[in-house]
Amino acid sequence: MKTFKIGGVHPPEYKISEKQPIEVLSLPETVSIPLAQHLGVPAVPVVKKGDKVKTGQLIAKGEAFISANIHSSATGTVSKIDDVIDDSGYRKKAVIIKVENEQWEDGIDTSDNLIKECNLTQEDIVNKVNQMGIVGMGGATFPSHVKLQVPKGKKAEYLLINGVECEPYLTSDHRLMLEKSHELMVGITIQMKALGVDKAIIGVENNKPDALEKLSKLAKEFKGITVEPLKVKYPQGAEKQLIKALVNREVPSGKLPIEVGCVVHNVGTSFAVYEAVQKNKPLIERVVTVTGSNVKKPSNFLTRIGTPVISLIEASGGLLPNTGKVISGGPMMGKALNDLNVPVTKGTSGILVISDYEAQRVSLQNCIRCAKCVTICPMALEPYLLALISDKQRYEEAEENQIMDCMECGSCHYICPSGRPLLDQIRVGKANVGKMIRERN
Amino acid sequence: MNEVVLYSVLSIGGLGTLAAIILYIVAQRFKVIEDPRIDEVEEILPAANCGGCGLAGCRNFAERVVKAGTLEGFNCPPGGQDTMSEVAKVLGLEVEEQEPMVAVVRCSGSVQLAPPKTKFEGLNTCAFAHSLYSGQSGCPYGCLGEGDCVVSCAFDAMYMDENTRLPVVIEENCVACEACVKACPRDIIEMRKKGKKSRRIFVSCINREKGGVARKNCKVACIGCGRCVKECKFEAITLENNLAYIDFNKCTLCRKCPPVCPTGAIHELNFPARKPKQKKEDKSAEA
Amino acid sequence: MSLLTVSGSPHLHADNSVRKIMYGVLISLIPATLVSFYFFGLGAIIVTLTAVVSCVVFEFLMQKYLVKGPVTIFDGSAIITGVLLAFNVPSNLPLWIMVVGSFVAIGMGKMTFGGLGKNPFNPALVGRGFMMISFPVQMTTWPKPIPMNTQLTDVVTGPTALGVVKDGVGRGEKVSELLPQVPEYTDLFIGNMGGSIGEVSAIALILGGLYMLLRKIITWHIPVSYIATVFVFTGIMWLINPEVYIDPVFHIITGGLMLGAIYMATDMVTSPMTPAGMLIFGVGCGVLTVVIRLFGAYPEGVSFAILIMNAFVPLIDRGFKPKRFGEEVKNG
Repeated sequence: MKTFKIGGVHPPEYKISEKQPIEVLSLPETVSIPLAQHLGVPAVPVVKKGDKVKTGQLIAKGEAFISANIHSSATGTVSKIDDVIDDSGYRKKAVIIKVENEQWEDGIDTSDNLIKECNLTQEDIVNKVNQMGIVGMGGATFPSHVKLQVPKGKKAEYLLINGVECEPYLTSDHRLMLEKSHELMVGITIQMKALGVDKAIIGVENNKPDALEKLSKLAKEFKGITVEPLKVKYPQGAEKQLIKALVNREVPSGKLPIEVGCVVHNVGTSFAVYEAVQKNKPLIERVVTVTGSNVKKPSNFLTRIGTPVISLIEASGGLLPNTGKVISGGPMMGKALNDLNVPVTKGTSGILVISDYEAQRVSLQNCIRCAKCVTICPMALEPYLLALISDKQRYEEAEENQIMDCMECGSCHYICPSGRPLLDQIRVGKANVGKMIRERN
Repeated sequence: MNEVVLYSVLSIGGLGTLAAIILYIVAQRFKVIEDPRIDEVEEILPAANCGGCGLAGCRNFAERVVKAGTLEGFNCPPGGQDTMSEVAKVLGLEVEEQEPMVAVVRCSGSVQLAPPKTKFEGLNTCAFAHSLYSGQSGCPYGCLGEGDCVVSCAFDAMYMDENTRLPVVIEENCVACEACVKACPRDIIEMRKKGKKSRRIFVSCINREKGGVARKNCKVACIGCGRCVKECKFEAITLENNLAYIDFNKCTLCRKCPPVCPTGAIHELNFPARKPKQKKEDKSAEA
Repeated sequence: MSLLTVSGSPHLHADNSVRKIMYGVLISLIPATLVSFYFFGLGAIIVTLTAVVSCVVFEFLMQKYLVKGPVTIFDGSAIITGVLLAFNVPSNLPLWIMVVGSFVAIGMGKMTFGGLGKNPFNPALVGRGFMMISFPVQMTTWPKPIPMNTQLTDVVTGPTALGVVKDGVGRGEKVSELLPQVPEYTDLFIGNMGGSIGEVSAIALILGGLYMLLRKIITWHIPVSYIATVFVFTGIMWLINPEVYIDPVFHIITGGLMLGAIYMATDMVTSPMTPAGMLIFGVGCGVLTVVIRLFGAYPEGVSFAILIMNAFVPLIDRGFKPKRFGEEVKNG
């Protein structure tokens, strides 16, 4: 069984919602669609207060190279463009729409028919993905059209599809692979065409045997696509670790995967590419897992972007009184929310609700130098050292010890027997080292 | 037995003498000739190595200032006027008068006035809390109350008020080294003119959100209503991005603006109590 | 509803703690303890208990009245120090020396540096080193093993196997003449020989080591590199002149090597953090041990070798970084 070599942990999986089919969540009364749902420059709104918008209509344009278009996820009137709290914990600009009767924008195919044929050129596909505002659905929300263009002088050999879902609890990708496998395969074929590669590998951890079986069977019908079972290990879903696991190549420090001839996309992205290219449907909804010990009915919802988190929690049984923490994303890398009206965005893969007992951190003790953090760090860094020198503000030393290679997977904090806030300290250090590097250039 | 003692004393003593001679020769040979004034200047400096001058410690400051031969661009905030004029004496220069400054915390969002809406857990530093979210009260500009400024202060001039969870500046100790200004991730602390008899008037809020939003999180936020701007006859108050700011160079300490502020965001410090005629007593004046 | 908690990721924590690690070490020490109780009887039990109790009591007193910080005597680290300290002394050691040794181990070895995690030297070895130098006679009077002994007095004492060989070679005798004076190798392996309480039984210590490896409390690097180095180094010397230098198997199953390699050198706090550093540390300990055993004044060198290498740990940590991900690109 393939997996990546250095480090890694195996947290308990808690995939309690894996048997729940994807349900369509009804629209809330208002949706607030943040303008910064992707990595890069926020989109610029093209609607104003009082405008009537249809579902799927463009409401904000990504003008910079690394940016993405944003479309309305509902039909209704723009009530205002204002600041709302998003999952960063701060107020950010968003378009707030009062929802009325649903009416789709012209040209969008909302049927379930599978369209296999795609006769568009490479350029057309990239343009379409760009127009429809597709971003990486795994959580990093990097604009997909950028990743589908191979830079000059580089050559892509493999398209790697991330169906790993290594975060505990989350099952949205799992359900998507099971229920939309055909669409997924067509989406991957389209991405392969755009990149000009003839090999695609779907990596799936072997804790999802049903998805593995279904995809393997289906892959025989599609040329060039193979499915690879992977040993369960966190953080296998991280780009560099996935490349190491699937094709045994190491992306050099500070470089992009294309350096070793690989492009990595999430299964959610492939599905979104399918819908965008074949059905003209912009990215206005996604599968969100609502799960955790404090959720009465763990579920997978097909949710419109901009739906407040509280409506998802209510749809799965409501908020229990001893709720301690609500997390957007998985338990290892997700962000704790400070408000329950935070809207679902393109990068929200799950909502995790845990009790106040679980929300407490373990008690803090001295570092006993057990070296567990060094052993499990998937980037082979020394978390204890990075945390210590960040705390002492010795940022040059932190840079020498490659603090910028840290991808904040949280394995070090997870494993630490003394409960040291290693990642908290490293984050502060990373921010300051990043500032230092920017000032130097 | 005596022989043993004798030999030990002789050999150890001999070794010591030899080492001393070698050390002396080496010291003479490799003597670094430097301006004796550097040492003199360093003597005068407070030796706190606070970095308030923007250089790496007092020695570095002394070296630079002697090399430059001018005091322009050099200032030792903790040493203040006296130190600088003494440094000037060593260098044979004149020194310009500089106004004494003091750190001012421009946030009054205490636990009582801006009640926490969330619990914070993890690394107890403002830098981290700032990177994580807007803060317990929900105000993205307000004090996070983890005390990075207190930790940064090398002169015991700050402490955390346990009741309000806000930092307090002890004016007598503050030397205006700006360490806290740099430590605060939200730029809440400002260096302001100390003023006559330490009297100061300032807006104790830096929230640039719209009035309604700011007020929802904090009872003493500046809501950008502009009444103080109208009240000020000296054009010392400017209103920008829903936030009033008092220019300490223009402010004449006339005490007209604090009473008109509807939220009590304008603070006055070290003034005698107002006459009872005035209706609006500034509640936090004594804070 | 209570307030929502906001904290940085990760929001999940592994089911481990300092206490679990420490009690894991204690569990792994059980076989060695039982074997020593069997061979050295009541004396061993009393000395071990004294060491454990005095270590815990000293730690409690210092944390409560000197440091005035939180009291962490229940995390098990003081108990481990006590047990390991007792393992390093003869079973007929006067108890007051044991108490003084415990005081030095906890006080000078650990608490002066700020408690668990901050000490540069292994506290048990600091205590042992102190006792070895201050009370050399009592510390080197090893009783002969008498299975199930319940007597406290009148035990027969004698030098350890290593001591016999060292003294003999020192007098110019040949190794082949000395071998009949030491116990059989199987006895040495099981622990039926004179020596410190816990160091005698190689098999019990290896069992405990395997348990710690399984529980992932230690990694293989230090014990393996340490023992391998001793084996290779003494092997080379043995090949050069088997009449002066005894064979390598004898070296690894006698003395405190097993105890040192498995429990002392692997002490998390005082060993390096990176795999490469751990290997270097093990090799360094091995070389120093053999040098002291063969050329030094003491027949046994494990504890001083480890103490010396402890001092190099910060340097090793600095010099031997792990090979970073993506540092050297091998494609294909």
